[in-house]
Amino acid sequence: MTVHIRTLDDICTPPVGAESALDTQEYLVNMGPQHPIAHGSLRLILRLDGETVKEVTPVPGYVHRGIEKMCESLNYRQIIHLTDRMDYLSALMNNWLVSKTVEKAAGIATNPRIEAIRTLMAELQRLQSHVLWWGVLGMDLGAFTPFLYGFREREIIGAVFEETMGARLTMNYIQPGGVMYDIQPDFARKVKDILAYMKPIIVEYDTLLSGNVILQERLRNIGVLDAKKAVAMGCTGPVLRGSGVPYDLRKLEPYGLYDQVQFDVVVGTKGDCWDRYYVRIEEMRQTIRIIEQLIDNIPEGPHMVTKFAAKIKVPEGLYYGHLETARGVMGVTIVSDGKSDNPYRIHFRSPNFNNLWAVTALAPGWRIADLIAIQSSLDLVIPDIDR
Amino acid sequence: MDGEALIEAVIALEPSAAKREKADRPAVRVPPEKLAALALALRDAPALAFDMLLDHTAIDWLAEGRFELVYNLYSTAHGHSLLVTTTVPRASPVAPTVSAVWLIAHWQEREVFDLMGVQYDNHPDLRRLFLEDEWQGYPLRKDYKDDYMLGLPK
Repeated sequence: MTVHIRTLDDICTPPVGAESALDTQEYLVNMGPQHPIAHGSLRLILRLDGETVKEVTPVPGYVHRGIEKMCESLNYRQIIHLTDRMDYLSALMNNWLVSKTVEKAAGIATNPRIEAIRTLMAELQRLQSHVLWWGVLGMDLGAFTPFLYGFREREIIGAVFEETMGARLTMNYIQPGGVMYDIQPDFARKVKDILAYMKPIIVEYDTLLSGNVILQERLRNIGVLDAKKAVAMGCTGPVLRGSGVPYDLRKLEPYGLYDQVQFDVVVGTKGDCWDRYYVRIEEMRQTIRIIEQLIDNIPEGPHMVTKFAAKIKVPEGLYYGHLETARGVMGVTIVSDGKSDNPYRIHFRSPNFNNLWAVTALAPGWRIADLIAIQSSLDLVIPDIDR
Repeated sequence: MDGEALIEAVIALEPSAAKREKADRPAVRVPPEKLAALALALRDAPALAFDMLLDHTAIDWLAEGRFELVYNLYSTAHGHSLLVTTTVPRASPVAPTVSAVWLIAHWQEREVFDLMGVQYDNHPDLRRLFLEDEWQGYPLRKDYKDDYMLGLPK
């Protein structure tokens, strides 16, 4: 039994002749690490025949910070700070994931007010994340206006976060045993203002971009991922739902107050870039629906059930928890030896890490410009891949 | 299928499997040489139909001199989930690959190889993932040290 360990040089083997009748040859091109489509630092090695992509080799690691290793020296409250810095557009969901898993393991029961605040904040962030994705997708495909529109709406939601949490990006808000600060007295009014503002805005998004013939041509029937392959490739979130699999943890394993609200799981039919695009547009509407049902019924109670600086002991064992972020299933495996306040081992199952790999199956056969559309429809956040 | 029934169904498929204690969801452990065959059976048995490998990771049990590999499975048809674990010695950490069963294992196993140093037999493209090819050592191992560390982990 011998294991052959390869290196990057083995991937970049000398090019061979192309299949085309013209006198051409295959060649290798680096896309990234610095490239607008990377939305961070992601390197893709493309094997090209003319403009046609033959093979994509993702080379992540340019934002690798060793978060899992760092967590082994931190206690369960300190770990929350690092989770913000993985998928920063789903920072609150990441906070919630660790809090939820630790609470379950340590036997901490929260109250309905805490769960209502968490659900509301997570849905606001899902809306914020999808709005930004929409703007960036427009820019990736050559339309600059959506980028400005997307950021405009994102800032309005960010202002509400800032008022409650004192931060716009890395909130560190949801803690084991509650939330860091109680909501502001006029929180409900401001959120309702946002909803009233956002409803016509999503219609505007449709008229501005979704119905545009150029966008339709660039997304429809491009990068088709069938349901069976999407499942085998570990895709989750809008990518998997775009392929027609109704897999949404908010419905399947409800957490927070998701079992008390009405909403639909949006699925696509074909699994092309357009389905992944429209699933997210529809999810914005579903998110607004969820927030509307909760915003007037926030129960009374304390916002923290444990003492603020209380040390949390997790009994010995292996714990796994997961939830649905804006990009898919974020999971955490916590191994505790029961002796120290720190985890013995912690592992994050990140949606972007698993979704990225789908590009190796989606891109071959398409042009470079289609690869841009495919990457954009996967909606990757690179620091979440590298961790 | 509920937890106990799942574990019984797996033991019926593979008699050398046993329940993995101290896990918060249904979990079984199997010897590494049985892993590949069991993985295929778990995916293809209609009553189990674990078509999704949600997550794969490894735990370094330094004091006991072994790595524990954890496979987190989910079935989109039945909605049940299962943890499968196996153990390989730290001295020769070679495990069979399951990348032929679940495509995503291809990618997830490379992460475990890169950071934990577990080698996957028959993996089609076993390569460093985040770190460069010249990197020495495997950072998530408990005895890992390098010159860049400001202090040794507790």
